[in-house]
Amino acid sequence: MSMTITEKILAQHAGLDEVVPGQLITAKLDLVLANDVTGPVAIQEFAKFGTDTVFDKTKVALVPDHFAPNKDILSAEQCKVMRDFARKQEIKHYFEVGQMGIEHCLLPEQGLTLPGDLIIGADSHTCTYGAVGAFATGVGSTDLAAGLATGEAWFRVPESMKFIFHGTNFQKWVGGKDLILYLIGKLGVDGARYRAMEFTGEGISALSMDNRFTMCNMAIEAGAKNGIIAPDEKTFAYLEGRARRSYPLNYSDNDAKYVDVQEFNVADIPLQVSYPHSPENAKSIQEASGIKIDQVVIGSCTNGRLEDLRIAADVLRGKKVHPEIRLLVFPGTQTIMREAMREGIIDTLIEAGAAVSTPTCGPCLGGHMGILAKGERAVSTTNRNFVGRMGHVESEVYLANPAVAAASAVKGQITHPEEVA
Amino acid sequence: MGKAWKFGHDIDTDVILPARYLNKSTPEHLAAHCMEDAGTTFAQDVKAGDIMVGGKNFGCGSSREHAPIAIKACGITVVIAESFARIFYRNALNIGLPIMECPEAVAGISPGDEVVVDLATGTIENRTTNKQYQARSFPPFMQDLIRAGGLIPYVEGRKKNA
Repeated sequence: MSMTITEKILAQHAGLDEVVPGQLITAKLDLVLANDVTGPVAIQEFAKFGTDTVFDKTKVALVPDHFAPNKDILSAEQCKVMRDFARKQEIKHYFEVGQMGIEHCLLPEQGLTLPGDLIIGADSHTCTYGAVGAFATGVGSTDLAAGLATGEAWFRVPESMKFIFHGTNFQKWVGGKDLILYLIGKLGVDGARYRAMEFTGEGISALSMDNRFTMCNMAIEAGAKNGIIAPDEKTFAYLEGRARRSYPLNYSDNDAKYVDVQEFNVADIPLQVSYPHSPENAKSIQEASGIKIDQVVIGSCTNGRLEDLRIAADVLRGKKVHPEIRLLVFPGTQTIMREAMREGIIDTLIEAGAAVSTPTCGPCLGGHMGILAKGERAVSTTNRNFVGRMGHVESEVYLANPAVAAASAVKGQITHPEEVA
Repeated sequence: MGKAWKFGHDIDTDVILPARYLNKSTPEHLAAHCMEDAGTTFAQDVKAGDIMVGGKNFGCGSSREHAPIAIKACGITVVIAESFARIFYRNALNIGLPIMECPEAVAGISPGDEVVVDLATGTIENRTTNKQYQARSFPPFMQDLIRAGGLIPYVEGRKKNA
C-alpha cells in the first residue's frame, strides 16, 4: 500500500506494515525532549507512573533554555528540578548552561534527531526536526511523562498535505522564513490543524538546512502535527560527522494519498512580514515598510542559526543600529556562537550596535532579556506574535526574516534590506 | 449549571496563561492569571461550575499544559469550542479537563447564559434560551481516557487489568 513519509515512519514505530490517516496507534519513541518550563511538570507527573527510572536514559534530552540562565528565583527552582532529575536518572543528553542552546537548534546540531526518527517534545516547536526527515511533534507535560516512563506514545495518524515549491529563482533576500510565513498567510493558523505538512519541490531542494529548519519549525503555526522534508544530499551532508547511529531512509510513494496538494512558484513569493497578533497576518514587505519600531530581535529556534546571523551581519556590516532601536541577537547554540565569532559575524554585529546574548529562548515568549513596554513595537525573527507574547499586553510583534530584521534595526522602521544594502 | 464565559477564535495559550507566569506551576498560581491578557475580569469573577466557550482552533500555540491546568483550576467544568488545536486537545484530555466540540452550541451561547452539560451523552443545554445541542462524540479510546479522568489514571487502570 502506498504511504507518505509521515505514515511510513509512524507505521515502522508502531510495528505495523501500514497505517492510514485517522488510525490510532501506539508507537515507540526514539527521543523524548523537555525544557525548564515543561520539564518540571512532566517530572512531577512521571512520579505518578509507578516507575523509578526513565525508559532509556540515552533517549531523553533535557534542555534548560526558556528561562535559563535562571531569570529569577522561581525559574532557578524549576531549572534545579530538571537538573536534579537529570543527575538522578543519569540522563545522557542533559545540557547545562555553557553547553546548552535553544533546544531546536541544539538537538539536530548534536546529531540527536535523525531521518526516520519518531520524536516527541514538550515544546510545540519540536516539529522543527522534520527538516531532517524525522516525525517530530509537540506534546504536553503529561504525554511527555508517559513517554519518559514507557518509551511510547499514542498518535492519531494525520492526513498529509503536500506543498510543492517550484523553481529556484528566489527573490533577493527571500528565505525559508518568507516561504513559511507566506504559506501560513494562505492557510491560516488552523489551515493544517491535526495534519502533516510535507514540503517538497525544487525550491525546497535548493534551500539550505538552516532554512529548512525554519520552515518545519513553523508548521505548528498553521496548526500542523508535524512538518517534514524528505532527506536528500544536503541532509546527508548536514548529518555527516553528527549522526552516531544508522538511520532508515523514508520517502513518500508516488501514489501516496494527500488530503490537499498546493503548488507555488518561489519566484512569486516576496519578503514577508506578519502583523500583530497572528502569524497568519502575513503581508509583503512593501505593505509593511515604514512602520516605526522600538526593538529588533534576531535569534530563536526559528532563526537563530549560523546562516541567519550571517545574513544579519551582511546587512549590518559598516552600518549602525538606529539610535532609538535596541537590537538583540540570540545565537541558537554555543557552537553557532563560536562559528559566528570565527567568521567575524559577532564582531560585525556588536560593531553595528547589537547586544549579543548567550543562547536562550529569552524574549521570544516574553520570558526575559528584552521584554517590551506598553505600546512598544518589535520586529522579530521568532515564530509567534500573539497578544502579549513579548511583553506588555499592549505591545506588538512583527515577524520577519533576519535580513528584514537587520535592515529595520538600521532604519528604526520596517525596511526592505535593499534600502540599506 | 454554570455561567458561560465566551471568547473568540484562535484563543492561544499565551492568552490563556501568559508565559511570564510559567516560572511556577501550582494550579492556584496558574488559576490566578488565567485569561489575564484577554482583557477580561475572568480570573477574578469566574465561579466554580462556570463553563468556557471558544471559537475555532481553541488553545493554539505552545504546548504548555499550564494552560488547561489554569482553566481547570479556575473551576471551569467544561470548555466548548468549534474546534481545538491538537496539543491543547491532548493536554485537556490528559489532565481531565472536559472539552466538547460543538459549533452549533458555540453559536447559540451568549456570554452569561446559564448552561448545563451532560458529559456522558454529549448534550449541551442552554437554560437561558431553552435550546439543546449535541457535541461531536469522541473516538472510543478517548472516551476511555476521559472516563478514567486523564492519561495517568488510564495507564494505571490498564496496568491493573493487564
